[in-house]
Amino acid sequence: MAGFMSRRDLTLFVGFAAIVLLLPILAAPFGAAYPDLLQRFMIFGIFALGFNILFGLTGYLSFGHAAFFGVGSYAAMWSFKLLSLNALPAIIFAVAIAGVFALVIGYVSLRRSGIYFSILTLAFAQMCYSLAYSVLTPITNGETGLRMASSDPRVLDRLFFDAPAGVPVPSLFGMSLSGWNGFYFSAVFLLATFLLAMRITNSPFGMMLKGIKSNQNRMNYTGFNTRPYTLTAFVISGMLAGLAGALLVVTDPLAGAERMQWTASGEVVLMTILGGVGTLVGPVIGAWLIKYFENIFSSFNDNVLSSFFSFLPDGAREVAVTIAGKFVGEGWHLSLGLLFVLIVVFLPGGIMEGARRIGARFGRPRNGSRVGRQRELSPTAAE
Amino acid sequence: MLTRENVVLHVADVHKNFGGLHALSDIDLQVEEGKTHAIIGPNGAGKSTLLNVIIGRLPPSSGAVVFDGIVLTGKKPHEINQLGVARVFQTPEIFADLSILQNVMTPAFARRDGAFKINMFRAVDNEKEIRQEAEAMLEDVGLIDRREGHAGALSRGDKRRLELAMCLIQKPRLLLLDEPTAGMSRHDTNTTIELLKKIKARGMTKVIIEHDMHVVFSLADRVTVLAQGRIIAAGSPDEVRGNPVVQEAYLGGAHL
Repeated sequence: MAGFMSRRDLTLFVGFAAIVLLLPILAAPFGAAYPDLLQRFMIFGIFALGFNILFGLTGYLSFGHAAFFGVGSYAAMWSFKLLSLNALPAIIFAVAIAGVFALVIGYVSLRRSGIYFSILTLAFAQMCYSLAYSVLTPITNGETGLRMASSDPRVLDRLFFDAPAGVPVPSLFGMSLSGWNGFYFSAVFLLATFLLAMRITNSPFGMMLKGIKSNQNRMNYTGFNTRPYTLTAFVISGMLAGLAGALLVVTDPLAGAERMQWTASGEVVLMTILGGVGTLVGPVIGAWLIKYFENIFSSFNDNVLSSFFSFLPDGAREVAVTIAGKFVGEGWHLSLGLLFVLIVVFLPGGIMEGARRIGARFGRPRNGSRVGRQRELSPTAAE
Repeated sequence: MLTRENVVLHVADVHKNFGGLHALSDIDLQVEEGKTHAIIGPNGAGKSTLLNVIIGRLPPSSGAVVFDGIVLTGKKPHEINQLGVARVFQTPEIFADLSILQNVMTPAFARRDGAFKINMFRAVDNEKEIRQEAEAMLEDVGLIDRREGHAGALSRGDKRRLELAMCLIQKPRLLLLDEPTAGMSRHDTNTTIELLKKIKARGMTKVIIEHDMHVVFSLADRVTVLAQGRIIAAGSPDEVRGNPVVQEAYLGGAHL
């Protein structure tokens, strides 16, 4: 392990792994400790981490990453239908197919930068969406969505045993992936993705990507062919989106076109910005926050609010419930939007910047004081 | 013109038109190995256009630029750099979001690993050799004390020195400098001249576009004078200084 990871990285990874694996306990006070939601935390954490490898490091803002997520879902579903109910081949297949899509879409889109790149990726994603929704109905089952049936061929499975009766469900070498198993299965992939993101960020390759974000012109005149760098980042992040899409099908065996819609692409952008673009942990936090809002805030109703505001006198309570009611339940998007506006205006670096500021205020001062020091050695003096 | 011995860069009969405007006509110049070649001329003489043609940013309308026997015309910027040509820009082009040390390490990677390498399973922290090399370079330009600082926070003069360090760490065979002291104070200009003299001692070939005669006459071995897109004089600094045509075109008759 020596040389593989610095002590700081190791600490970060161990801390992150501990939080992820203890989530079933840690999330309990927030009412989020049920496997279905926590599994979504893992899946969208992977999606956001992968997206951040492109957006956070190279600065290329893709507005079409949901396409790779959806492609991963369909590919995994077809693996379940045609090959085996085992989740591993499905995931490998999904990542490979998403990688092929990312290679083609990235190759074309990366010919442009800035807003034009974003629009190109958006256009490709909408094309994928409409292919899935209507044009390729035999493959995607259109509006209804693709699901498993007991009559599916599943060639590999039938080589070894007869098809079981009842509705087929994905498994891992015979082990069920429902409930907490599914959560831990996804958690392993989230940790692996985190490790990969950390390696890339701290590697020379990652430094080149940051150089491209900072000054692409200088990169070219420094002798780097920047196109293959950005394309590699694009393909890696597309494959991770495919991985996330496949994992979602493992728990929720229905692949639908709506996962590819532009709102889904926008959501991962929000997650990354909310948590902190270019940071390691930020995108994961952003993903968790948005999924928490989506699942918990949306389930609050007036009764929950009434008990929350029960300390107020009757008249005031009704007013409070009416106002707060607009921001929960159906209106959870309002709270999320408000949070997003507050973060972008006051903390452009996302939640991670907030954490850094708090850390700087209470913690010990960092060693960064070198920055402000006066130049002592002029080149003449150094001679 | 006959090709002299050990010519590194040969700008061969280059013309450049922008529509009807002849920005460069009949430009033929040869830069010898290890020499500092200054290109001077009044505003609008075509100096920057010439530099952009040399570095491949602008294609010439006719003619060619040959570096070490290889035609540069039509090559991409990164290919030209990988051949051993580095460039300092008029407005410093650095990685403002990276640390000063990272700014200097990045070009060192370009030299070691080439134009593209997926080098993602090593940590930058473990690249000791590159790091030491970069620190030695920063020592040379006097920025070592601020290596962990943000490059974007540097003054213009310091940014220029950083950019110079970024070019020098690649040990280029040819260094192109576009007005390296433009917008600098007299003090910064002098430290830059000292720095460039130090590089000269290392035998690196340089082409300098310059406005400031003080800089030109402190550094150059040969001077080419451009006016209205043509070469009007060429020679050693003393020859050029005494040339009446140059005095006429450049300063309206005043003595240099």
